Amino acid sequence: MVDAQTSWHPIAAADDLPLRHVFHGQLLGRELAVWRADDNFVNVWENRCLHRGVRLSIGTNNGMELTCRYHGWRYSNRSAGCTYIPAHPADAPARTISNRTFPAVERYGLVWSGETPEGDVPTVGVLEEGSPFTLRSLPVNASAEVTFDELRFHTFQPCGAHDHTNATPIISIDQLDDRSIVLTSTSDDLRSTVVFFVQPVDAGRSVIRPVLSHTPDQHEQIVIWRHHALMLASTVARAERVFADQPDPPPMVAAIDEVPVDLRTLPDPSTNRQAPLRVQVSRKWSTATGVAAFELTSIGAPLPAFQPGAHIDVHLSKGLIRQYSLTNGPGETAHYRIGVKLEPDSRGGSELMHQSVREGDVLAISEPRNNFPLRRDSLKTILIAGGIGVTPLLAMAQALHSMDLEFELHYFAQSEDHLAFGEVRDLVAASVTTHLALSPSQTAAAIEEIVRSPQPTHQLYVCGPGPMLESTRTIAARAGWADESIHFEYFKNTTRRDDSSTFEIALARSATTLQVPSGTSILQVLRANDVALPSSCEQGACGTCVVSVIDGDIDHQDVHLNETERAAGDQIMTCVSRATSPRLVLDL
Amino acid sequence: MNAVPDGRCTNAAILNQWHPLVAVDEVLVDEHREATLLGEKLTYTARPDGQILVWRSADSEAVELPIEVDYLCVWVCLGSPPDGLFEISEFRESDRRNVHAGTIGVHVSAPRAVENFLDMGHFPYVHTNILGVEPHTEVAEYEVHIDPQTNDVWATECVFYQPIAATTSTEGQMSDYLYRVPHPYCVILYKTTPMHDERMDVIALFCRPVSADHIQAHMFLSLLDPDNSEAAIRRFQQTIFGQDKPILENQHPKLLPLDPRAETPIRADKVAIAYRRWLSDMGVTYGVIPVGAT
Repeated sequence: MVDAQTSWHPIAAADDLPLRHVFHGQLLGRELAVWRADDNFVNVWENRCLHRGVRLSIGTNNGMELTCRYHGWRYSNRSAGCTYIPAHPADAPARTISNRTFPAVERYGLVWSGETPEGDVPTVGVLEEGSPFTLRSLPVNASAEVTFDELRFHTFQPCGAHDHTNATPIISIDQLDDRSIVLTSTSDDLRSTVVFFVQPVDAGRSVIRPVLSHTPDQHEQIVIWRHHALMLASTVARAERVFADQPDPPPMVAAIDEVPVDLRTLPDPSTNRQAPLRVQVSRKWSTATGVAAFELTSIGAPLPAFQPGAHIDVHLSKGLIRQYSLTNGPGETAHYRIGVKLEPDSRGGSELMHQSVREGDVLAISEPRNNFPLRRDSLKTILIAGGIGVTPLLAMAQALHSMDLEFELHYFAQSEDHLAFGEVRDLVAASVTTHLALSPSQTAAAIEEIVRSPQPTHQLYVCGPGPMLESTRTIAARAGWADESIHFEYFKNTTRRDDSSTFEIALARSATTLQVPSGTSILQVLRANDVALPSSCEQGACGTCVVSVIDGDIDHQDVHLNETERAAGDQIMTCVSRATSPRLVLDL
Repeated sequence: MNAVPDGRCTNAAILNQWHPLVAVDEVLVDEHREATLLGEKLTYTARPDGQILVWRSADSEAVELPIEVDYLCVWVCLGSPPDGLFEISEFRESDRRNVHAGTIGVHVSAPRAVENFLDMGHFPYVHTNILGVEPHTEVAEYEVHIDPQTNDVWATECVFYQPIAATTSTEGQMSDYLYRVPHPYCVILYKTTPMHDERMDVIALFCRPVSADHIQAHMFLSLLDPDNSEAAIRRFQQTIFGQDKPILENQHPKLLPLDPRAETPIRADKVAIAYRRWLSDMGVTYGVIPVGAT
């Protein structure tokens, strides 16, 4: 007997997964939520939301994500990573919250899965050669073993002989192994072969899943379907009688994984500034003048979930690391899609991406990180993009669109040819306004018009070149937008930075004091002393290396924090900012 | 789903509590009725003089169990009865409508039901267009403390946007909430009312633990609502609870896990985290999966 835990089992018929449905399955005592995404990927997940244990099979499949019925937590197609927690709309789910997934393969009109299946889904010769026709599955109140035993005595008429109810066909067992039995029925010159698979639901229940080796003519199908359902009903009844007379087997208990420790504690910072993922450039194309688009497909493990606004670090040769925002829509998890603008004054990154990276190349990237989270509890969201700054906003636009939330995307560019990702914009076309070939003063006038009437229930997201961000910030503030309603993402920090000061830092939690000499950043000093801290852009733009400040005066040199956050004086970007007081106490 | 054994309760922390058996209205003179509490069948009746009697059905002597009659319910203790029941002073105010809004059976443990009652995050999803509506989904920071005198768990400064907060609502409002847990299986909510600035409506859930994973939930209200009929108040409350019931019955496991690693809490669950710890500290093992039990 093979080990049921490491075997593949049928868990559903392919047509149990119609558009946007969530099927409640069970295998070896474990409940499963099974759903097909719009990209045809079949998800087999533990049937339990990680938050409060509610069955995901009562959730909603929107084609890209599964939403829990209880608190609206959204889980991504493929990775089952949590992408949104509505109770805290201002936060990206900072920790990796992922539901347990199981593999899925469709074969012979059935969906196959398993606890930890080894090898490939077993093939059955007669089905490989023929054109399999999936018959009706029947549930049985008996263990898989008893059901399987009784199937050896199962009988049915060959196709074409279904009205010969009195004729006794000859049944031969063509093949018998641990999980399938192949029976051929012969009557006069008629012959039909059916393969029976048995799904072990739990200790006392199973499902017979029969597959006919050939697809009958359309007009015969319903008769054949009915005949097999009828004949199986008596085999089911027999198996149930046999099982009822046996002592109860011990129940099958499927262990639920504990929540990983890191969901209770702070994430381990040492894993940052690493590139744990390997992706292949599956497609590279020119999406606008000077902008190359890349589709990155995982090698091996599925890509981790991301949220709109997230970026990845791409590690290039010569030690260059660049950040690129994902433009993907929700649940679009088969690949990551980024856009790279060729910068004339490039420090080498965009040039490498444009000229050296080709389709088929393998790149090392970080997991997606989100320092530009999108609130989804506002009545209206205004997205303002300048040039390549459109990339994170495209991801946001698709997320808002999929939730039917009101938004406007204003896209400023030099010309029609400079507008990137037309195919993505088409998905949200009704909400997109383009502003082309405007001078700086015309741009400012257009932005003034867009942000004219601030509302406390509206949010503003801006991404684009530095001067445009600065002017938008100023115009919006003047129009009366609150600091916390304006969200920015800088690509880079173009302000002049001064690293001439010297000061000391005290790490409150580790009771350590370190000197920061001129010319060296706090981040570098921390790293040199084995204090690991995540970082990304290392120029004060992305916000990844933020640390809480307990005491001391901060010399902010970043462009990530807004005025209110700066004034609060309780956080510092350790890659560029410094101290104006002799001592800074950090919450490390 | 693994069956939870339906045995009798041996947990002193639960046995030595008052538990709500039935609504007073359901106790009829000279009529014997049965109800199960903590896995034991009890019989109750009222004498012609109005005195209510409760005894174990299996007890041929029919020895009377200690009872309290308060908040429109009959409360019984199967162990050593504590001094009196927790106090809801609003119940004794003369201008209040005190309503027993119904008893609903739910196939879930009492602590799961209490935790659901303490939860604001589900309003837009489970009570859509009544107690919440998308996109107003944010659970703002609130405070949690344990009263050192009474040992009640309190959540204060809770605020949530509600389209129809009560039967007296005519428009959406930011509702202010206070939650109080005075008993392992009972929870009280104090809520802004559209009619008054200072005083609050009181809505309480008293769970009768039928077994470790079955309850009969009593809904008790003490309202500042002179206008709506009792039927309308009951209907509103039963609509709300009717929306919670299928969610509760789809929670796995049915017993509340007290180990923080069993589920994934977020900041909005602060009061639930405090409630789970409080149950642990109190030695509650019935209706829960104690830390280290698996």
